Amino acid sequence: MNSLILQTATRVLVALILLFSIYMLLRGHNYPGGGFIAGLIAASAFALFAIAWGMESAQSALKIPPSTLAASGVLIAAVSGMLGLFSGEAPFSGQWLQITGGKNTGGITISNVLIFDIGVYFAVLGAVLTLIFALEESN
Amino acid sequence: MGAVGDTEGRKIDQATPGRWISLLSPVLPTIFTIILMVHMPDISAGKEFSFGVTWVEALGIDLRFYIDGLSFLFALLISGIGIFVTIYAAAYMRGDIDLRRFYFYLYLFMVGMLGLVLAGDLITLFVFWEITTISSYLLISYNNTSAIARRSALQALLVTTLGGLCLLVGLLLLASLAESFDLVQVLATGETVRASPLYLPILILILIGAFCKSAQLPFHFWLPNAMAAPTPVSAYLHSATMVKAGIYLLARMHPVLAHTEYWEWILTCTGAATAAVAALAALRQTDLKLALAYTTLIALGTLTMFLGSDASAAVAAAITFLIVHSFYKAALFMVVGIIDKQAGTRNLNKLGGLGHSMHITVIAASAAALSMAGFPPFLGFIGKELKYEGALAVASEPALVATVAVFVNAVTVTVAGMVAIKPFWKKKPRHISNVQEAPLGMWISPLILSGLGLTFGMAPDLVGGGLVEPALSAILGIPETIKLKLWHGINIPLLMSILTFVLGVTMYLGLRRMRAWLAWDFKHAPTNADQLWDKSLDLLKAFAALQTRILQNGIMRRYLTVIFVTVSLALAYALIRSGQFPMEYAWPRLNLKEWAALLLTVGGAYMAGSARKPLIAICALGALGVGIALIYLFLGAPDVAITQLLVETLYLVLVAAILPRLPVFNPGRKVLFRPRDATLGAVLGLLVTFSLLAVLQTPLESPTTEFFEKASVPEAHGRNIVNVILVDFRALDTFGEIIVVFTAAVAAVTLLGHQLRRGKQ
Repeated sequence: MNSLILQTATRVLVALILLFSIYMLLRGHNYPGGGFIAGLIAASAFALFAIAWGMESAQSALKIPPSTLAASGVLIAAVSGMLGLFSGEAPFSGQWLQITGGKNTGGITISNVLIFDIGVYFAVLGAVLTLIFALEESN
Repeated sequence: MGAVGDTEGRKIDQATPGRWISLLSPVLPTIFTIILMVHMPDISAGKEFSFGVTWVEALGIDLRFYIDGLSFLFALLISGIGIFVTIYAAAYMRGDIDLRRFYFYLYLFMVGMLGLVLAGDLITLFVFWEITTISSYLLISYNNTSAIARRSALQALLVTTLGGLCLLVGLLLLASLAESFDLVQVLATGETVRASPLYLPILILILIGAFCKSAQLPFHFWLPNAMAAPTPVSAYLHSATMVKAGIYLLARMHPVLAHTEYWEWILTCTGAATAAVAALAALRQTDLKLALAYTTLIALGTLTMFLGSDASAAVAAAITFLIVHSFYKAALFMVVGIIDKQAGTRNLNKLGGLGHSMHITVIAASAAALSMAGFPPFLGFIGKELKYEGALAVASEPALVATVAVFVNAVTVTVAGMVAIKPFWKKKPRHISNVQEAPLGMWISPLILSGLGLTFGMAPDLVGGGLVEPALSAILGIPETIKLKLWHGINIPLLMSILTFVLGVTMYLGLRRMRAWLAWDFKHAPTNADQLWDKSLDLLKAFAALQTRILQNGIMRRYLTVIFVTVSLALAYALIRSGQFPMEYAWPRLNLKEWAALLLTVGGAYMAGSARKPLIAICALGALGVGIALIYLFLGAPDVAITQLLVETLYLVLVAAILPRLPVFNPGRKVLFRPRDATLGAVLGLLVTFSLLAVLQTPLESPTTEFFEKASVPEAHGRNIVNVILVDFRALDTFGEIIVVFTAAVAAVTLLGHQLRRGKQ
């Protein structure tokens, strides 16, 4: 679609939507959000980009093929799931690491659960984009 | 059933890789035989061995093995005959291009058979039973360039698998009655099982399994076709293994299932009918291998017939005959293989005069044939005398059993003459010249096997005390003693033997005339089982094609109609069965925003259904989706609502991409299917609504919600339960789901790519 308004707006919007998707991904454990939703949001950002700027630009903006992205998402989730094995627990059991911060902070907790969610994020994003790009291309 | 070719092709004369396997192949059965022989005194003393490991603990299934007199006898036959078969195969298969494959199948088969007879657990037994089915399929189709071999193998596979499935159900029912899968415990519950109303179903299912495997009527037709296998395999299958598996099962289940009228009559009649039909068919054969195959059927029928009886004499006859048969049948198959190899044919009418050059083979053939015909002093004679004694002891129908026994034994005498006299001593046909004696590797096995038949005949105590007695005790469930003797004095069995010889020799002399008569008879028979089999397969395929044409014709609308109708019917049935009608339901009080969401949903649905253009329909669907998302939001499920919104958005993008590729709606046509589709949609929607209402009326008492509420923060450090469940408590499920998402994407791309390529062409 060759629309100046859409193209201009998209530049800003895509960046915002992607940022929002990361926000949704990270807050998911305590508030509405999570890898699946965030992946869908990011996918809609790229879909918007593709509509405004065309398939070629969207693909080059993504840098890597979407199917590779999806596959690496599955891989990340699998690897994070296996982390539980190192501490002798069942696969996909949560591992938590507490990093104490400064005075007034409760510190940060790092967990393989988050890595798993990131895997889900990439898997969903990659899979949906694979579909959209393939359909757009075939037109 | 003359579907088997004259000879077996596909041999090339050069050293092949894997040749060393054939030299090593007899080692394993030999070791196993020696181990068994070492324990023979224990077995004769009535000892039993049971050992194994836990397999599926939760279901009480073990990988258990159990050795008593019966399994010992079978294991010894399988491994013992296995030695001779592997030695013979080494020479017979020499130069074959695929030796490694052959030995792999053969060993798989041997292991399957040994596991089957030694199994001490019903599931273990079934697993090994199926291993023999699959490996015999591979063996029969070994010559896989031949369409006949492939067809025969598939036939054997289908028939025996059918039996296997019945057997599995029967065994499971049996185990549920006995409350254990352990064979020893199951064998001890005969009284309970026979008193149960499930006895008859169990009996029929297990008998179908045994009958399919052991080729009893009406499942007999696959066995002669299985001759497509290489001759060493036939020798093995027919003498000691595959086809005897069903017999083993009958004997094994004797303590549990026998001693009833059903058992007695079904086994006696089926066995007698199988033996008689096979005897008639055997006389018609000119292919030596086929003639022998039919005598195997005779033997199997006879064994079944005798196992039907509780009488000790009848069961003893069955066991002894089993041993006798294994020796002579293996030897004779090997002899036919030699004839086939050396003379280039095994057609009786084309053979003759081989006796002048093949001196050793003729000795082996004659000895085995004499045992088969039941002449003294061979073991076959003892077996036959016992059979007559047993026939007279059969309580249900001694006259029938005795008559069938005499008739089929007479035919056996005739076939023995066909195999051992005709090819060797008949006048030499012109086209056969310079037939050489086979190499040592080929004649040594039949020679030893037939020699064993003679040895055991002269010294019957060698098999009597050590093998027959323990097996007899195991089958009958009580200690039994038996004395095998060559000379019983002049009694009725001896007179019957003499009658058999006279009849057999007469038939042999009048073979030509009798064949003509039988051919006439069979020409007028409407059909035979083999053709019926083909017809039923054709029918099955036609039915499959028909239902594919109707149900899977590639029209999406048809698929959806079928699915919706099926779901509607199932829901309606469930609703009516649940008796929830009429249900009491109060209209909920909705506030304004809820009414708005409802309006959006219903309006969207109506618009989508009545829109004239696809784009409008899709937009209306989007509105519907947003309405549903709002409802989720109002009811406190923000995660679901967000997901719904996003999916709706992306769905719209996807559809927009597909839209240009869709065919244009034809306004003229759509009038016809719209009312029908609308009705179907409304019916399904109403049914789903009612079901949901019905489900909601039953109070939910699920401890999981409470668990997740409590455990979410302390165990998974998260306050969003939905997400905690997804990534922590049920992460494995989520992992499976993203794999599904990924797979769906890859599959869609593959499909689209395919379409793209097609479009470009």
